[in-house]
Amino acid sequence: MNVPTKPNDWSAYPDAKGRFGDYGGLYVAETLMPLVLELDRAYTEAKNDPAFQSELRGYLTHYVGRPSPLYFAERLSQHLGGAKIYFKREELNHTGAHKINNCMGQILLAQRMGKTRIIAETGAGQHGVASATVTARFGLPCVVYMGAVDVARQKPNVFRMNLLGAEVRPVTSGAATLKDAMNEAMRDWVTNVADTYYMIGTAAGPHPYPAMVRDFQAVIGTEARQQIQEAEGRLPDAVVACVGGGSNAIGLFHPFLADESVKIYGVEASGHGLETDKHAASLTGGRPGVLHGNKTYLLQDDDGQILDAHSISAGLDYPGIGPEHSFLHDVGRAQYLTCTDDEALAAFQLCAELEGIIPALESAHALAKLPQLAKEIGPGGVIVLCLSGRGDKDIFTVADALGRTI
Amino acid sequence: MPTNRIDHRFAALKAENRAGFVAYIMAGDPDLATALDILKGLPAAGADIIELGLPFSDPMAEGPTIQRASQRALANGVKTRAVLDMVRAFREQDIETPVILMGYLNPILSYGFDRFAHDAAEAGVDGLIVVDCPPEEADSLVDALDAYGLSLIRLATPTTDDVRLAVVVRRTSGFVYYVSVAGVTGVKSAEASDVAPAVARVKAASGLPVAVGFGIRTPAQAAAVARVADAAVVGSALVDEIEAAARLNENVTEKVLSKASELAKAVRSARLETA
Repeated sequence: MNVPTKPNDWSAYPDAKGRFGDYGGLYVAETLMPLVLELDRAYTEAKNDPAFQSELRGYLTHYVGRPSPLYFAERLSQHLGGAKIYFKREELNHTGAHKINNCMGQILLAQRMGKTRIIAETGAGQHGVASATVTARFGLPCVVYMGAVDVARQKPNVFRMNLLGAEVRPVTSGAATLKDAMNEAMRDWVTNVADTYYMIGTAAGPHPYPAMVRDFQAVIGTEARQQIQEAEGRLPDAVVACVGGGSNAIGLFHPFLADESVKIYGVEASGHGLETDKHAASLTGGRPGVLHGNKTYLLQDDDGQILDAHSISAGLDYPGIGPEHSFLHDVGRAQYLTCTDDEALAAFQLCAELEGIIPALESAHALAKLPQLAKEIGPGGVIVLCLSGRGDKDIFTVADALGRTI
Repeated sequence: MPTNRIDHRFAALKAENRAGFVAYIMAGDPDLATALDILKGLPAAGADIIELGLPFSDPMAEGPTIQRASQRALANGVKTRAVLDMVRAFREQDIETPVILMGYLNPILSYGFDRFAHDAAEAGVDGLIVVDCPPEEADSLVDALDAYGLSLIRLATPTTDDVRLAVVVRRTSGFVYYVSVAGVTGVKSAEASDVAPAVARVKAASGLPVAVGFGIRTPAQAAAVARVADAAVVGSALVDEIEAAARLNENVTEKVLSKASELAKAVRSARLETA
């Protein structure tokens, strides 16, 4: 493999073939090729259309509730005794997570393309809820594919989607989790090519999804970059976010890529531990391969069969990762750490107790690395963490893990 | 050994003025030994070309039937190397029937393109269909396959317009596989009246024979396609037979080969009936 060199123009990625260095691309069945190529053209046009951008900004302001605050987590900072910690409060968005930023962009694009039916995949249900929300708002039918295992462990979100008028189809093939839901959504798309828009929830999949989802999520980093300069008069020393597919992370990271003084940390879920076969750390514990339309790091066996991921957080329970993260990992612009289920649980409780914020278990993975990072960067330093979602959805899982009954 | 079994077979079919019957089974389903028996029996049952499924954990273009077959094969511990060994064993008795491996890119990428092309050619494989590798991403794979004389069989679909078709047929050989319905394998069925003009279009653009598949389950459907295409592919209907026979503890090989014979007969006689 070529040894990657650090590019100096991060906005040059992906290239015309949808590649971030060696990663990305478009690996889909021929039936879908005309559709993804059409999507690429339509997205490029929309991106460069001031009317589209202005409409999107309007909905982000008045419906989603942007900009989200950048909050100085004073007690947590004091407790850790190192750098000052700021939370980018994505959990305060409508629907309680960053997912809606992307869904709002994609629903406007789907309408612009004349599509009349929306499909989506979901793991924890956050993207499913965000998809059901925007389809309710714009009056389009929505089918959400969700692994049967996840349907069982995320019942409140299933009910939310139903209330919002979406049909949730449990997927029983494979391990019946997020990757199988994504397979089933692709099967639906290939069957309903004329009218259906596939609303992918993370910065992965065939080009243009990784770039498009990143662009819609980059509002996180763009706001945070401005807000931290207003608060501290300078750029942060580090930014940190959890990474499953990696959409909140790439949204936070991307506007900081050219700021060489800003260290970038992604946190993967290492489940029961990297030494076990129960984790979801694609970069740290996987190797490059092709799945779901893109080339990226994957958890796979020696024969190239995809392995089931494990994380206590359903939103990180995926054996792949967005291709831009694979690229940032290889070129060394971002560092990827890991966090076990137990570390995430401890951070979940600490954040609730010290800051009065119940974080999503996904976000708790990033929180769990703060003691280490705050110490490394030291007093006088500044860290921005993406608090990607709120943890109300996780209280049953957490209670169960702590051996309590609700 | 014929220099190119695929070209040879289509030339022979043309000389006989009939379409070919392409039979698909999944390697290692219901188990490796039985799958090898079935493979060995298919030419005598009337299969002119054989597609052998390479199991994959995430077969995104397959309907439930082939998804389950893939899971059964993987549960049996079937590895890519074992699939190649199956073809090698088949070649001990048959050096004429083309064998095409059909699967997904990641196991091949994981094996290594060059090593895979080398080992597949040596085992007696003639071509490859890689469902999730469109022409845009295929160059390095085609380079490897070319070096060992293997064909990358391309897929054309109802969504492939003329502009796209020119891209699809670049650097291809053997034949083109026309996917007759927008959908996954074994679920929807195509109308023969829609298939005929599509086949003509693909033939004109590629200059290659056209096999049609993805919606053919019955002898009547196979015959209808055989009247307008160079070959008719049946997969899910055979795999369903394997699954049902295994579940009922029947003789799997006998059942599936008998089903294959029925379909082959329908394909072989299709043009005689209309003549």
